[in-house]
Amino acid sequence: MSELAFDAVGVRYGKRLALEPFTERIESGEWVGLVGPNGAGKSSLLRAAAGLVESTGSISVGSVDLAEQHIRERAALVAYVPQEPLIPADMTSFDYVLLGRTPYIGYFGSESAHDRDVVAEVIARLRLDEFATRHLGSLSGGERQRVVLARALAQEAPVLLLDEPTSALDIGHQQQALELVAEMREHSGLTVFSAMHDLTLAGAYTDRLAMLDRGAVVATGTAAEVLTAERLADVFDARVTVEIDPDDGTVIVVPRRTLASDCGPNGHGDD
Amino acid sequence: MSDKPDQPVAASNSVWYFASGVVLVVAVLIGASVGPAGPPWWQVPLEFLSRLPLVSFDSGVSDAEWNIVWRIRMPRVVLGGLVGGMLSIAGASYQGVFRNPLVDPYLLGAAAGAGLGATIALTFGRSATVDWAIDPVPTAAFIAAILTVAVTYAVGASFGGTRSGVTLVLAGVAVVSFVTAVQTLILQRNLDLVREVFQWILGRLSGATWADIRLVTPYVIVSCIVLMLHRRHLDVFRVGDVEASTLGVSVSRTRLVIVAAATLGTAAVVSVSGLIGFVGLVVPHVIRLVAGAGYRRLLPLSLILGAAFLILADVFGRTISSPAETPIGVVTALIGAPFFIYLLRTRKVSA
Repeated sequence: MSELAFDAVGVRYGKRLALEPFTERIESGEWVGLVGPNGAGKSSLLRAAAGLVESTGSISVGSVDLAEQHIRERAALVAYVPQEPLIPADMTSFDYVLLGRTPYIGYFGSESAHDRDVVAEVIARLRLDEFATRHLGSLSGGERQRVVLARALAQEAPVLLLDEPTSALDIGHQQQALELVAEMREHSGLTVFSAMHDLTLAGAYTDRLAMLDRGAVVATGTAAEVLTAERLADVFDARVTVEIDPDDGTVIVVPRRTLASDCGPNGHGDD
Repeated sequence: MSDKPDQPVAASNSVWYFASGVVLVVAVLIGASVGPAGPPWWQVPLEFLSRLPLVSFDSGVSDAEWNIVWRIRMPRVVLGGLVGGMLSIAGASYQGVFRNPLVDPYLLGAAAGAGLGATIALTFGRSATVDWAIDPVPTAAFIAAILTVAVTYAVGASFGGTRSGVTLVLAGVAVVSFVTAVQTLILQRNLDLVREVFQWILGRLSGATWADIRLVTPYVIVSCIVLMLHRRHLDVFRVGDVEASTLGVSVSRTRLVIVAAATLGTAAVVSVSGLIGFVGLVVPHVIRLVAGAGYRRLLPLSLILGAAFLILADVFGRTISSPAETPIGVVTALIGAPFFIYLLRTRKVSA
């Protein structure tokens, strides 16, 4: 009912083609990760889905074509978390999460008791109560990320777009943020489409991956299918080995150092 | 439990409105009571009190003295309040819509345009236009202010669209330089006007009449109503154009409405009072520092306290060097700048 379908979606900035026509169908409740090197078109695709850049082709949620929606109706269908959200330092977390209710408030209206209930419920569910009255400027990076996700959740859109939601966080907070997304998805049946930086985390948390390179899809499928050592060497120009955890089948991408004899730790070789 | 987070906010809101209302009333009474001629200052508040419905006693103010208070001082006080309140609420709105704390309502050319309009009108000579049905100076200032902002908007839209506020600000810089250059050129060819134009630019509330107030009030009311109705939008703008747009706000359209409303009011007050600086920049800032940055509270407080600030600044300007008057624009900066620096130093600022 809330599947996200891309039909030949292309993006260009002036003459430069950022994304070749992209066709994909993300099932309702599915989490698809978007991986690929910097500049591969991941952000462009997400921005097209969020209505932030002009695109060709069509994007629909369920049976609704997003291009035909008013900007407010669209915001009720698709929530978007940018790579670097702009954080108003002197706004309280509660007020920030409340901004997620914007699509449901009439032009001259103000938020209803229901809107405040939704926000209070989201804050309680994401265990943010202690931050509710604090200013965003006083929160740590990991705390902020949770508040940003809370705002997206308060938007109550069936589709959640995340542009590298954890790129600024340390490994512990990355994990916590992704756990939170997993929990949000389970609780609300969200369809999640996220660009991700860390390939192992991408494989571990998503149902499926799509890999982009220079604006075009090079592979889609399960993590084991997409993340092969040869492909990563080819697309990312990276020297990695890929291991599969024998217990739970998690795909682990291990970066490998170039041979010590070629280039030692001091960069002097063996002279 | 859902009511809990908003209870303290609602309570402190009414406290703030009440306190600032008291400040404004006190400012009005001081403005009406202080002056070279007229009754002893303490009789004026009593006279106001005795004129309230159901209250009647003799305050000792004669009819002639009341005439001075009502015909000379009160228009000046009311106009000062309208100008100060309007410039402050417009400044706060501009700062919100461009997410830039260093912005004032003159950013897109309202002041430069008004200055050019007034200069052109003054070149006709006061004596030649004295019989005209409408005074050409405020009319030209008003029209030129609005036209200049419209040109800025058109220029900004032509390069890079109105999606980004930055292009508009840059367009403003270009248009303001151009308009100011034209004004300088006209002045240079009419050197006898320099003094008059300069006086106009410094701003003044002296000689204000109830007719001036009737002239600007409709614009100020329309402008303030539209701005107050967009307080929630200004809070959404705080997360930036991109995110505001993904939250369902038509960023460029909303920005246009807010800028148009703020410009209308600014042009109206500037056309009668001249270019009073600093109020629109600093009053919203001071309120942010003491009462928080949320626009729902910031806009009404800017209106009320901006009015009080300018009324008091005017009292200051007409008393410190009495009987000579210190231009109001000089006073606002003289009081405002040190106070602002003091606040910045004592409060932790997060810009």
